[in-house]
Amino acid sequence: MEKIGSVPTIKPKGPLWVNAEITYKCPLHCVFCYNPLDYASTFKSELSTDDWLKVFRQSRDLGAVQLGISGGEPLMRDDVEIMVSEASQMGYYVNLLTSGIGLTEKRISAFKEGGLGQIQLSFQDSTKELNDFLSSTKTFELKSKVAKLIKEHDYPMVLNVVLHRLNIDHMDQILEMAEAMGADHVELANSQYYAWALKNRSYLMPSEEQLRKAEETTNRFREKIGNKMKLYFIVPDYYANRPKACMNGWGSVFLNVAPDGLALPCHEARMLPGLTFPNVRDHDMEWIWNESPAFNAYRGESWMKEPCRSCDDRTKDFGGCRCQAFQLTGDATNTDPVCDKSEHHHVITEQVELAQKPQPPAADIKPIIFYRDDKNSKALIAENS
Amino acid sequence: MSDPILVKDRPLSLQKQFRFQWEPAQESYVLLYPEGLIKLPGSSGEIMKLIDGSKSVDEIIAYLEEQFPGVDLKNDVLDFLEHAYGKNWICTND
Repeated sequence: MEKIGSVPTIKPKGPLWVNAEITYKCPLHCVFCYNPLDYASTFKSELSTDDWLKVFRQSRDLGAVQLGISGGEPLMRDDVEIMVSEASQMGYYVNLLTSGIGLTEKRISAFKEGGLGQIQLSFQDSTKELNDFLSSTKTFELKSKVAKLIKEHDYPMVLNVVLHRLNIDHMDQILEMAEAMGADHVELANSQYYAWALKNRSYLMPSEEQLRKAEETTNRFREKIGNKMKLYFIVPDYYANRPKACMNGWGSVFLNVAPDGLALPCHEARMLPGLTFPNVRDHDMEWIWNESPAFNAYRGESWMKEPCRSCDDRTKDFGGCRCQAFQLTGDATNTDPVCDKSEHHHVITEQVELAQKPQPPAADIKPIIFYRDDKNSKALIAENS
Repeated sequence: MSDPILVKDRPLSLQKQFRFQWEPAQESYVLLYPEGLIKLPGSSGEIMKLIDGSKSVDEIIAYLEEQFPGVDLKNDVLDFLEHAYGKNWICTND
């Protein structure tokens, strides 16, 4: 008998995972958002329903099996129902990533009927939400209602909580809230420092002490509730000394399509200079994935410099994240500075040191922190044009 | 929760979070679940294909023995189904 349950070893011809960022419109203003700073520039050039179905069909023909429908807030569009049912019929496992705002009984019934596989409910602006929860006001009621809808439709309750310096000390309450919502899986991931989160990095990065306490609380909670609720705690990569295997390698399994049709090897790649990312309006997915210069730029190992080039870990972590390398060292072909073999590693350790120092209380930070909203995005576009 | 031991006379179903299908690009049957893919090549895919919410372990073995007379496949099939059950890919119906 052949080996069962094996992970495919042959390099796939196409992407396995397609993430459709169908809109950057969002009713929320999360300070840790990883959408591009100039997201407002996509509002007038969003893909049509038919454009999206074409992207799904062509990617499916290349072998893609997982489809994420995300944003912004995807439910800001009224054609998600069509996308879910069409994609599901094509053979995708369809995941919806939402804040829950706009998820009604009518819409979730249509998603269920259309074959939606999973809903991931994210915590929005957790500081505000936590306050709301502690005072039992509107937001928590909305989340509970949505959580109930998700359970009633026989979906597991998957909760994504973004952790940061301003909310991580309330781990107990966060976990109690998750339990009260009947969560089955809870991802407690520290924000990654890209885009809006990078702008706000110094306000968002927790101290080592905060991380330790939060992890302890998580472990205690895990022991208390057992298997009922699965908890995943993810620390910021700045606290590691080897980089993450970002996207499992550039152009390896993941394909992101932005609201304006730009095809990207990850959510953040739009920021990288010197690359022309193809648009799904101009090219088919087969050319984009296999032929486009942008998708081939950091594929494999030939682009690597030292210390990656001769490092044994290069096949495991692929040199880390290209966007982080560019953001923090100015050159996307450098080793991700999270790696302590990188000559730029000090940019990480300096930031980590900074995070150990006391900071003003949340109330004082609130007015100076950089909110993800249309006004700020448009101002940034004007600044850079 | 599922029983720790696979009961052999109750119908088997795929767990509700899983989707089973033939993937031309992989040239294999696969199981899809949130954010993941498990390849089920060869006979494992063929066995999984028989899990339809009505057949039990015993019935699946009987069916396959009828399809391939003279082949001793009982232990392999049982191994695979126990593996799938242990991994929580499949469950028994009450």
